[in-house]
Amino acid sequence: MRRFHGLYRELDATSRTSRKESALVAYFEAAPAADAAWAAHLLLGRRGRRTVNTRHLREWAAEESGLPLWLVEESYDAVGDLAETIALLVPGGGRGSGNGTEEAEVEGLGEFIEQRVFGLAGLEPEAQRTLVLGTWGALDAGERFLFHKLISGGFRVGVAGGLVARALAKVAGVDRATMMHRLAGRWEPTAEAWEALMSEDEGGDPLRPYPFFLAHAVPPEVEDLGAAADFQAEWKWDGIRAQAVRRGAEAVLWSRGGDLVNGGFPEIVGELGELPSGTVLDGELLAWDRDRPMGFHQLQRRIQRKSVGKKLREEVPVRLMAYDLLEEGGEDLRQLGTSERRRRLEALVRRASLPRIVVAEVVEASTWAALADARATARERGVEGLMLKRLDAPYRAGRPRGDWWKWKVDPFTLDVVLVYAQRGHGRRASLYTDYTLAVWSAGELVPVAKAYSGLTDKEIRRVDAFVRRHIIDRFGPVRVVEPELVFEIAFEGIQPSTRHKAGLSLRFPRIVRWREDKAASEADTLESVQALMGEPS
Amino acid sequence: MRGDLVTTTEAGLWCEAGGFHIDPWRPVDRAVVTHAHADHTRPGSGRYLTAASGVELVRLRTHADAVVDGLEYGERLRIGGVEVSFHPAGHILGSAQIRIERAGEVWVVGGDYKTGSDPTCAAFEAVPCDVFISESTFGLPVFQWPDPEDVARDVRAWWEGNAASGRTSLLCAYALGKSQRLLAALNDAPGPIAVHGALDKLLGPYRDQGIELPPTRYASVDVAKEIRGHGLVIAPPSANGTPWMRKFGDVSTAFASGWMTLRGPRRRRGFDQGFTVSDHADWRGLLGAIEATGATRVLVTHGYVDPLVRYLSEERGLHAEPLASRFEGEGDGADEVKVPGSDAAAAAAAAVSGEVGGTAEDDPMEDAAADPIEDPAEGPA
Repeated sequence: MRRFHGLYRELDATSRTSRKESALVAYFEAAPAADAAWAAHLLLGRRGRRTVNTRHLREWAAEESGLPLWLVEESYDAVGDLAETIALLVPGGGRGSGNGTEEAEVEGLGEFIEQRVFGLAGLEPEAQRTLVLGTWGALDAGERFLFHKLISGGFRVGVAGGLVARALAKVAGVDRATMMHRLAGRWEPTAEAWEALMSEDEGGDPLRPYPFFLAHAVPPEVEDLGAAADFQAEWKWDGIRAQAVRRGAEAVLWSRGGDLVNGGFPEIVGELGELPSGTVLDGELLAWDRDRPMGFHQLQRRIQRKSVGKKLREEVPVRLMAYDLLEEGGEDLRQLGTSERRRRLEALVRRASLPRIVVAEVVEASTWAALADARATARERGVEGLMLKRLDAPYRAGRPRGDWWKWKVDPFTLDVVLVYAQRGHGRRASLYTDYTLAVWSAGELVPVAKAYSGLTDKEIRRVDAFVRRHIIDRFGPVRVVEPELVFEIAFEGIQPSTRHKAGLSLRFPRIVRWREDKAASEADTLESVQALMGEPS
Repeated sequence: MRGDLVTTTEAGLWCEAGGFHIDPWRPVDRAVVTHAHADHTRPGSGRYLTAASGVELVRLRTHADAVVDGLEYGERLRIGGVEVSFHPAGHILGSAQIRIERAGEVWVVGGDYKTGSDPTCAAFEAVPCDVFISESTFGLPVFQWPDPEDVARDVRAWWEGNAASGRTSLLCAYALGKSQRLLAALNDAPGPIAVHGALDKLLGPYRDQGIELPPTRYASVDVAKEIRGHGLVIAPPSANGTPWMRKFGDVSTAFASGWMTLRGPRRRRGFDQGFTVSDHADWRGLLGAIEATGATRVLVTHGYVDPLVRYLSEERGLHAEPLASRFEGEGDGADEVKVPGSDAAAAAAAAVSGEVGGTAEDDPMEDAAADPIEDPAEGPA
């Protein structure tokens, strides 16, 4: 635990990739297998589980620090991170309290998690309290912070998965793509799994997917990519990227995040069973109505379902739009060129002739002008734009530049007014960075979006300073501010919503610029937003 | 409230019985100021009165021709219908709490203060009073300052570690107060120290008053060349990430501020290292100071006003209430957002910006205060 905390501190303190990587390598080389497995699991952002109710945690912190509970909440509001707040509030604490007695090293990370984190699961609050207090006593404030992250199941660290994979690859002495492949699929953080990650022999999950190939946005001048004829163009579907793995007697669907999503798509999984064993497809899960996609908000009803009833099956029909073939007859095809994989994909899917697993159409256009024309029809087709895939490129791992590009349609934009602000989390904790934005309707401001990103750090500080001086009301952590600041937001689409007062919600809203040249009265109206909704999104 | 010895007006804290303002944010005839930070001493007033050890710094802030009078700590002066005296606030050199007495009733304006030790200024003195006006910059229990000696050890270890790997150490801190305090903690420095121009000229007033600081040199190109790879450079935070830094070669950067106790600001500021050092009182410091005054009524200004007011009321049984001010425990005036079509905001922005007299060019502290982050009042920024 102590060693892992040291690593965490190093990763947290620097934004330089090279220093992060060397810290990771040093840790993984030195840590015992069981600890290293847990560290990899956590650093890759794999799901933890909450073993203690955070409400209890706040109450115990209040009791231990002798503070009223409301002040713990106020502190949380200011700090923006509960794990950190409680770590700071709990008095004294094992090491670092200056009493001179160097406590024995707490357990290694693996043992610490098995005992002090999972050991809390399912106990009565009183029993949990005793154990948590015991752990507080054994740790310093920094280690307590990690402990709180672990027991609340919310551990995250500012290190990209790709970087962890690269460090692991270095430790194992393999290339990064190989390590990414080994890391894909299911594995439990055990010493055995660690040995498998580090060793030559395959092992691991027999149903594991390949690392996804991810695209970059096209450069500002798309012509800079070279000849249009060198690319295969496809529609960019607005669904869930998924890999369909059919091996042995099994068929599974993996999301890009590494989750199994079989439960939400039983029809697709059923049809996958019809494909020959040793087949892996890359494609998009879509909600589909006759001849066009239904919009992401319908698809959302399927996501993270353990099962899907008859009603939902009928209301939200789905399909897998396959656009790549990564494995055929158990053979890894990733080194073949795009056109060859495409040829095999078409043949395989056609042979199977399934209603819900179909091949994504190729957009036939060989000049940039023709592609631009096709892209202009994207909205009415219900797609996000075009994908451009270099015809002779292999299927690569991760997001390398050069071969796969996404050319999205221009987003919608609106000018909106800042009405509520809330403090951010993580890097932005303690600053007001979460904004609720509104448009005019009959002389009143109606919220239409929440947005976080898009401003520079400097602008964020200025907005924060504005918020602090213009609070007119407060509801819990939410501050109502004088409606004066105008932002231009961009978003991908509009969908009807019963949960929002405006009767609609925006898809992927983000701030593109601060309109310091505009007064609040010049912001957009709800009528103009509704007019946009009439347009296909 | 009627009958209060100190109230607020458009121009700032106002003592009607004495006919003077305290730390006014607009030009006034007579300003009594607690210390020389920009949000407490603004240029343009007719005459200033401050603690004797702070006169030189206040003069730097208000321009050479300003009338600045000094009063020794504890010395009493009759102004109008009240008796005024200054008492150490422990914040920076020359910082004071202002005690005002009328007919046996005593008010104390705390200004900015800290209760921890600081060799560069007189230690905070609890002044018994009926009403205490307290800041609340760090008025939450998550703020608990580490032992300054531990921090000094950490700074030294960081510097030595950098030197061992051939890196220059760039330590950023506010130019007035914090920088001198950090220097004083490095009196037997393990290597050469250079300082940014913004703070070079602020060392004189300290050394003149016999405060022991290690030898420093202005960070010229030549000096930079000489200390590159092993020396320590102290600079205002705005210097971080600027071309100015390049002359020091490979650097490790650090920021010294009370906000560095929190992970969010630590990460956001983009420094390699954060040291928790503040010239404001932490939570226990605030509670201890308030209790030591024996005041039964506490007016809370700039910072975490609401939580501190509620805590004092509910948990300590004091008569506590917020007092609006333009002091900047957290924000900073230069950052004021100008909103088109909003006269009020424009007026407010004008009131706190340069339009109150004095120009940027001739303010000796201006390059320290040019960047909003840079303002000596601590901001989470």
